[in-house]
Amino acid sequence: MALMPSLPFFRAPEPAPPPEVEAASLRSDRFRLARETDWRRLEAIVSALERGRVRRISDTDLLALPVLYRQAASSLSVARETTLDSGTLAYLEALVRRAWFQVYGPRTGLFAWARRFLGGEWSAVVRALSAEIAIAVAVMLAGVAVGWLLVAADTEWFYALVPGDFADVRQPGATREALAGTLGGAEGNSLAVFATYLFSNNTAVAVLAFATGFAFGIPTLLLLVFNMALLGAMLWVFAEAGLAPEFLAWLSVHGTTEIGAIALAGAAGLHVGRAMAFPGERPVLAAAAEAGRRAALVMVGVVLMLAIAGLLEGYARQLVTDPGARAAIGGAMALFWLVYFGLLRRTPGKPSREDRA
Amino acid sequence: MSTAAAALPLDRRSRTLVTPEGVDLPLTLASRGARAGALLLDLLLVGGVLFALAALAVLIGHGLFAVDLTRARPALELLAVLGILVLFLARFGYFLLFELGPRGATPGKRALGIRVAARPGPGGSGRRLTAEAVIARNLMRDVEVFLPAGFLLTGGAEAGVTGAATFVWLAVFVLFPFFNRDALRAGDLVAGTCVVEAPRVALPAALSLVEDRSATYRFGPAELAVYGERELTVLEGVLRAGDPVAMRQVMEAICRKIGWEPGTGDERLFLEAFYAALRAHLERGLRFGRRRRDKFG
Repeated sequence: MALMPSLPFFRAPEPAPPPEVEAASLRSDRFRLARETDWRRLEAIVSALERGRVRRISDTDLLALPVLYRQAASSLSVARETTLDSGTLAYLEALVRRAWFQVYGPRTGLFAWARRFLGGEWSAVVRALSAEIAIAVAVMLAGVAVGWLLVAADTEWFYALVPGDFADVRQPGATREALAGTLGGAEGNSLAVFATYLFSNNTAVAVLAFATGFAFGIPTLLLLVFNMALLGAMLWVFAEAGLAPEFLAWLSVHGTTEIGAIALAGAAGLHVGRAMAFPGERPVLAAAAEAGRRAALVMVGVVLMLAIAGLLEGYARQLVTDPGARAAIGGAMALFWLVYFGLLRRTPGKPSREDRA
Repeated sequence: MSTAAAALPLDRRSRTLVTPEGVDLPLTLASRGARAGALLLDLLLVGGVLFALAALAVLIGHGLFAVDLTRARPALELLAVLGILVLFLARFGYFLLFELGPRGATPGKRALGIRVAARPGPGGSGRRLTAEAVIARNLMRDVEVFLPAGFLLTGGAEAGVTGAATFVWLAVFVLFPFFNRDALRAGDLVAGTCVVEAPRVALPAALSLVEDRSATYRFGPAELAVYGERELTVLEGVLRAGDPVAMRQVMEAICRKIGWEPGTGDERLFLEAFYAALRAHLERGLRFGRRRRDKFG
């Protein structure tokens, strides 16, 4: 029955062919010897898949994989009822489990996944979170207002809200000239280093906003309020010096993208927190897992947005100094994201997400 | 063998996954110790690589400074950008990329024989491990591993009331796996994943290939009725290990039980014959639907 498979990827010395089936005195051992060749072939294919060497598996082997997997699974069912050889049973269980992970593993390649993700899946999942996004944006606006009002009431609040190294000359009572100076272009800074640093730092904040959502979303809300209060305080300082439009233009270059990304990250965190607090009809674990996967998709996009924001902040803002041009860039980015998330629909008829059978 | 003592914690960790073909696959959840060990290994690995890269960067930077600062500037900038990116990847990329791979495990997890799997659904139905799930569980890792580590390293605990509050808050995440049955960490919960043992088992040789000695050793039904499947498994283990002292002891125990006089020098032959006879006897019963779990049942 057994035609010996060719296994070019099998580096280890090939196992000796199994003895003749008739050599075994026990019926269950004869069962095993008759199927051993197929099991070993499956094992070799699975090992190659685990090593990520899909290209080195021959087409015949790849086509045979589902068949071999089902044979091994049915061998396991039969062996459980007929054999008492625990060594064989343990081998079969481990083999079927390994094969199961490969046969039912994530199937799409990175490129196909990225295309599907950017081509509609991301915007669809963002739209699905619109309630949370509305909450996050409202909370962020409230944060700005809180920062503004606190500093307007008592300038001491500024120093409580803004960390020391952030403040430099930008503090209450600074002259208009000093403040305008901070809105200038590059002053010999390395733009590349700055952009990379911003990206890395902002991503850490976004991930934090997402991950802390786990605790029913409360830390996420606090994080959003606090970060935006900082912005509100800063806005007050510049507004006092009559530089509010310039400051907003300076901010908008990257801010529309970056703040949008932070809002999405916060919404993702809130989504998970909401599912944990109000799971509805489903068990909490199932609800959390479903929300978590949806939120993870949003977060991949958030990282992408922050990379773009880092480039805008590091380069565009430093090279373009005219407030009008800055506002135009920022406005164009905001428009782009709105159109992307609002209008990009998955073309109908395409297969939907991989079944999660 | 202290099977009773060893089986208890194992049973608490064993789960069943039903494949779409309807086959029950036993899964064993990885122990908390194995997972902590895997994490430690991974962190050591990442730390070691980062340290080596940092040393390399310092060497290169030193050399560049020696040349000419104005001319070396682009190179230094490139070095800084690469440094930030490497740190970023170490924090967010390492675990993610390895767990997205076909093995579903980081090098540390592989070393300890565990991998990430999707939590079985209702009724144990097996699910596909998706990329989103792996992404979600690794984003959560940030507050579970890196923030607490940074907090401890920077001495955040000395910051008074806020420090204490942060400590308690982070401890909730760190200790989360100890407060649920499946040892899920917060990331597992959010992603719908769990970590299971993924051993690679080699196929041992078939044991009934030796020549038939049923003429030399004749075991009657009464003699074969003294043992069940558990004893057969123990005997199989002894035969596969092949330790002469153990074989002698087992042979004497069997002979005492069935009232035979143990000979000398033929331990292996006797045990092989007894194993084959007992297994044939028990498997015959199995085919007729009679299971005998152990000598009591």
